[in-house]
Amino acid sequence: MSTINETIEAEDGATRRDFLHVAAAGMAGVGAVMAAWPFIDQMNPAADTLALASVEVDLSAIGVGEAVIIKWRGKPVFVRHRTEAEIEAARAVPMDVLVDKQPDAERVQEGHAEWLVVLGVCTHLGCVPLGTKEGDDRGDFGGWFCPCHGSHYDTAGRIRKGPAPKNLEVPTYAFVNDTTLQIG
Amino acid sequence: MAEWNAAKPKNAVAAWVEERLPILSLVNNVVGVDTPTPRNLNYWWNFGSLAGLMLVVQIISGVVLAMHYTPHTSLAFDSVERIMRDVNYGWLIRYMHANGASFFFIAVYTHIFRGLYYGSYKAPRELLWMLGVVIFLLMMATAFMGYVLPWGQMSFWGATVITNLFSAIPVVGESIVTLLWGGFSVDNPTLNRFFSLHYLLPFVIAGVVILHLWAKKISDSGNPLGIDVKSNADQIPFHPFYTIKDAFGAGVFFFVFAAFIFYMPNVLGHPDNYIPADPMVTPASIVPEWYFLPFYAILRSITFDIGIPFTDIVFIPAKLLGVLAMFASILVWLFLPWLDTSKVRSGKFRPTFRWFFLFLVIDMFVLTVVGGKKPEGIWPLVGLIGTAYYFAYFLVILPLLGKIEKTLPLPESIANPVVKAAE
Amino acid sequence: MKLVKNIAIALTAAVGLAGASFAAGAAKHPMQLEWSFEGPFGQFDMQSAQRGWQVYKQVCSNCHSLKYFHFRNLADLGYEEDMIKAWAAEYTVIDGVDDAGDPKERPGLPQDVFPAPFPNPEAAAASNGGAVPPDLSLMSKARHDGPNYIYSLLTGYEDAPADHEMPAGKSYNPYFPGGAISMAPPLAEGVVDYEDGTAATAEQMSKDVVMFLTYVAEPKLVDRHHMGLKVLMFLGILTIVLYLSMKKIWKPIKSGRNVYEDK
Repeated sequence: MSTINETIEAEDGATRRDFLHVAAAGMAGVGAVMAAWPFIDQMNPAADTLALASVEVDLSAIGVGEAVIIKWRGKPVFVRHRTEAEIEAARAVPMDVLVDKQPDAERVQEGHAEWLVVLGVCTHLGCVPLGTKEGDDRGDFGGWFCPCHGSHYDTAGRIRKGPAPKNLEVPTYAFVNDTTLQIG
Repeated sequence: MAEWNAAKPKNAVAAWVEERLPILSLVNNVVGVDTPTPRNLNYWWNFGSLAGLMLVVQIISGVVLAMHYTPHTSLAFDSVERIMRDVNYGWLIRYMHANGASFFFIAVYTHIFRGLYYGSYKAPRELLWMLGVVIFLLMMATAFMGYVLPWGQMSFWGATVITNLFSAIPVVGESIVTLLWGGFSVDNPTLNRFFSLHYLLPFVIAGVVILHLWAKKISDSGNPLGIDVKSNADQIPFHPFYTIKDAFGAGVFFFVFAAFIFYMPNVLGHPDNYIPADPMVTPASIVPEWYFLPFYAILRSITFDIGIPFTDIVFIPAKLLGVLAMFASILVWLFLPWLDTSKVRSGKFRPTFRWFFLFLVIDMFVLTVVGGKKPEGIWPLVGLIGTAYYFAYFLVILPLLGKIEKTLPLPESIANPVVKAAE
Repeated sequence: MKLVKNIAIALTAAVGLAGASFAAGAAKHPMQLEWSFEGPFGQFDMQSAQRGWQVYKQVCSNCHSLKYFHFRNLADLGYEEDMIKAWAAEYTVIDGVDDAGDPKERPGLPQDVFPAPFPNPEAAAASNGGAVPPDLSLMSKARHDGPNYIYSLLTGYEDAPADHEMPAGKSYNPYFPGGAISMAPPLAEGVVDYEDGTAATAEQMSKDVVMFLTYVAEPKLVDRHHMGLKVLMFLGILTIVLYLSMKKIWKPIKSGRNVYEDK
């Protein structure tokens, strides 16, 4: 009976490659692909999730040398009010010792050098580094220290030692006024 | 009886797989080129594959909805509204799933009544038929539990009424209801287990569908003439002939399905289910989804006890009798292969049977109407008559008719009438 | 499409759903109006919906919550972001707790739900003579023939017939199941001063509020109509092509060919 297949193939060969059948199969295929899109796109962030994409932070409550953790898009954001000494330390670092070369000036906003805003997510494997709360281990460079695999960040949030490949990410943010910061 | 043919793919990779796991042969032998199928199947035979397609639509859309749905009494309704408003294409997927249930039932009911008319349940297809009954029962359970999940007023009160059916069982009834609820009323534990089972059962259905197809392969498809295949001339390969016919049928069916999804998505639903469930307030009228109405009518048609007349002695109270009647109305299908005593399969050659069958179809529509009405005025009587005919058809008419009916002469073979018609 | 719709309506009627759901309290059948959102090309009338929002905000929201409606949704009605922010900021919302553990208040933001007039159903009942004003988010879908029902209810207040006994504090409305409704006639002429200068008659305000509430109940209606047209056109053409393909494949069978033996 396996010859039947071939029989049909042989005899209807011309018919089977008929434009009509190709069009039918093609259209059905295209339809299936288009129908798949809503089922994939539903996994993207929903409208309510996107609407929560920005938060405002009151800066007046953060004293010099202090830092806070803000929850933004489900992730921690470190907002640090740096001391003059910390800014100096960050600016004094020569570029060639850095893993991910970026001057401190590019990591803060002009005129707001005292405010460092970074995502509190270690660029190695996503843990939250220590160093925001008072008494935390700030690592060898006075910034943050990730306890998971020992990554050390400096006072500009740059990776200095350990397995993390990149500096702590700087999110999009803007100063609404002198005391209000909007993240996102 | 069907024979099994090994596929011999030309493609090297396909051949390598085939040698180790003959999956291609499996498909080929059930719905492929190696599936000899009667050449005279009409459009009523499309509804089996349509039901299969709807099962796929329901499983895919359902799995996706479960990614956003929360099975908790205080969050379920809100999570459904979030799907409708905020989730990307959530409205589309939910309307697809809600209307998909209705279209699944449309396909399956048509498939069942095709079988009833053409005698698809008769030897050697008894098990094929009985597996179909099992699928239908599983579908009813799945659809019922799915309707509870949005946690609207109809969800809640439908769940309350239907679970209370079990309280009619003597002695242990109340305990069974408490067990089903996981509490003393329909509440969060009930919602949780319904969600769990609503997710599980479709996959059980898919499993039974595979058995159903296997049984179809073994006993071959029936056909509108109801006579056995006698030679190659009576048959054609399933693929490409019935695959393209099924594809065309699916195009028509999905067109109507899409018209409902996009232009009247709530016509088949009930407005009360857009009111969050309130255990303190029962809606003015509780109506099941349309596909349950005939059986709901049978349940409500029994309003009398069975006992010794003119005494207070009752053997079976009305409530229990109604519940028994409802379950019996579906379970009777399991015995159909033996209840119908006619040697002729197809209704085409049974002139008297055709009338009784027509009345059965009308009866189902009447019972559907009765199930949606309040049990007042003339409706309980109509329901009772409809129920009486329903059972008479299966338990009295079919057994007797097979013995006394004078059937028409059967054609010589499937190929002959087809050839004649074409000439 | 009209035909399909009519068939479907006839079928549902035959199946008894339409009749069954309407048995409650023998209320008067709603007036039948024409709405811009009906039919396969139906859309929301933005001007009307904006006026409806004004009516809801100034009148309805004193008693009725709208818990699935966020300020950000106003963008769909054609409002600019600045305006939406300003409106949201007019309201105070509670967001989490402060460092002392007390509820923290802040001005509303676009992502917030429109604030409910009462903190819970008990408070709502206490302020409204024991009846809880229902949430209006889904009202247009949660009643049979919803849009017409809402319009009829809002404009249908009249004096109770002599033989109809009215409980204290209730108003007579023939469109409400049972006839006695706890809500006093809410939309007296001129109760709202329309920004666009439209005369605020009771009928006009009722129409506008129906337009707004139907948007809130079914915000994706226009997307649905647009996508449906494309899908139906695609399926229609696909089905025709499949039909022609089928006819061609079946041609030899129809002429009696034996696939297995004939050469």
